[in-house]
Amino acid sequence: MDRRLLFASTLCFLLAFIRPLLAQSASGNRFAAAARWTFPVLSAGFLLQTAFLYLRGRELGRCPLTNLFEVMVFVSWATVLFYFLVGNAYRLSPLGAFTAPLAFVLQAVALLAPLDRPPSGSRVVLAARVDPWLEFHAAFSVLAYGAFALAAISGALYLWQERQLKSRHLGVAFFQLPPIGDLGRVNGRLLALGFALLTLGLAAGWVALGVPSSRLHFGWALTTWLLYGFLAVAALGWKKLAPRRLATLSVLALVIAFATLWGITFIPA
Amino acid sequence: MNIVCFGLSHQTAAVEVRERFALLPGELPAAVRRLRALPGVSEAVILSTCNRVEYFAVTAPAFPHCDPRRARDIFRAHCAELAAAGEPAELDCFYHLDAPASVAHLFRVASGLESMVIGETEILGQVKNAYRLASEEAATARVLNRLFQRAFRAAKEVRSQTSITRGAVSVGSVAVDLAEQIFGDLSARKVLILGAGDTGERVARSLLSRGAQSIFVSNRHHDRAVALASELGGQALGFDEWQHAAAGELDIIISSTAAPHHVITRTQMEPLLRERPDRPLFLIDLAVPRDVEPSVNELEGVYLYDIDSLQAIADQALHLRRQELERCEALIAAHVADFNAWMEHEARRLGIVRVEDNAWQPQPARSTSSL
Repeated sequence: MDRRLLFASTLCFLLAFIRPLLAQSASGNRFAAAARWTFPVLSAGFLLQTAFLYLRGRELGRCPLTNLFEVMVFVSWATVLFYFLVGNAYRLSPLGAFTAPLAFVLQAVALLAPLDRPPSGSRVVLAARVDPWLEFHAAFSVLAYGAFALAAISGALYLWQERQLKSRHLGVAFFQLPPIGDLGRVNGRLLALGFALLTLGLAAGWVALGVPSSRLHFGWALTTWLLYGFLAVAALGWKKLAPRRLATLSVLALVIAFATLWGITFIPA
Repeated sequence: MNIVCFGLSHQTAAVEVRERFALLPGELPAAVRRLRALPGVSEAVILSTCNRVEYFAVTAPAFPHCDPRRARDIFRAHCAELAAAGEPAELDCFYHLDAPASVAHLFRVASGLESMVIGETEILGQVKNAYRLASEEAATARVLNRLFQRAFRAAKEVRSQTSITRGAVSVGSVAVDLAEQIFGDLSARKVLILGAGDTGERVARSLLSRGAQSIFVSNRHHDRAVALASELGGQALGFDEWQHAAAGELDIIISSTAAPHHVITRTQMEPLLRERPDRPLFLIDLAVPRDVEPSVNELEGVYLYDIDSLQAIADQALHLRRQELERCEALIAAHVADFNAWMEHEARRLGIVRVEDNAWQPQPARSTSSL
């Protein structure tokens, strides 16, 4: 039952970006109308993935973050959640059309690849069964990656739009995109929010496990934290950084963050 | 019964002819009453804008068997009378349409397809006003009420289901749209106008109408800068002091000076931009020769648009609108077909039949002669 919910949710995310994509190629200018359609479809997908995570969590008796399959679904859920929070606050509904592909890819890979295995012997995963601090650590860290993922999407959109503005070759959907200034602000605030969540998550992990015995784990966690810390500081204006650079770094940082997430959680200490 | 459209537009007449036939708002009520009082006319609406003057009338079945040629003569005479001195050559600019062509024409006009700038939306308001005024003069009834309501519906559908109104098609509106795309809300944005020319002023006024509140004006002749600044509710700056006084705070610079050389150079801008790396700067260069050194566009956070690049975007939007025409025509054709079906039903109800030239005349009485 739970996998069928996830399958339906993945289908919703596929529809949420396929329609604007087709509208774009069909007439070039019906993107905005199609992007508005994205919101209810994305909402349906979000409700379905929430139901999946709830059922999986109830079955496990803990936060459903016991294998890579669940982590990918959780990151997808967190990304869509932040889209709803940020997209509404900044009236960036077209952002949904770009959030949907990421949510779709994460869930499609999770469903298709053989990742839904019983918990491995990872120290973190096993210990999490009895330690609420570790659950807190895992949940907040993954939520942080959701914020970073949406920051990367807004960053990529920023760079795409900036390139069009600089070259003066405006694509047909250019004026339907969120204003570049708003994207820059959203990008910065998501980075700051993600950093706060990551800090809380890492602090909880430190309370539960102390300093990781593995130098690799410790190095990865510290690098990610420092990298996003730098971006958060720049985003909050304490160190002035051009929005274009911040956007570029937010995209690059996401790649590193995902690799880090994998490493910290699933490579044995 | 026939729906007649008689008029001229930017497609058939030059402005000097159109202005002779154009009716001022104060003249319209009397003109509608006079049109309605013409022999055989049962309903009337007059649409008078800067680009067209059109008379829509329903000619009653009794009106010389709705002979379109006769109707044409009467309308020509009426227009000549309205224009005080109707030159025959000027009257040749008029077109005459009978239903269903007149119906399709009104739907196209209301949808902006007949406008000088395809897809402009102001015309719908003007058609609505013309209809409202005629209704207030009791010059409309069953047929024109139905016709105009249908025209509004068709126009709304065309606007919502196609991209005919999308994209700015003038240099000024492209500049304002770009400003909104860069900054989002313009209310906190600071705008500098360099040069007190008309073009820059028009763009500045558009920005003000979209929410910009802070305007600075700088001009070589300071008195003109002061005059324009007071007109726009802004602040005048000396031509050589704008960089020091406001550059750090500016978001948009509109430049349209008559200077033969660049008035904004890369060397000037680099130190100013270093102080504000996190704030974009939108430069609108409307001058020919250009005021802003092109390499300024390479600086971080600067978006420079000259008159040609703005015009290219406007042309692109116009091209996209033209591509939508086919879809608009299909929507309109469906509405015309529906309306014609209603007309036929109405004609049957009134006991009139279609004759040549698409007009309708009273059904001849059945012969009662016996064999």
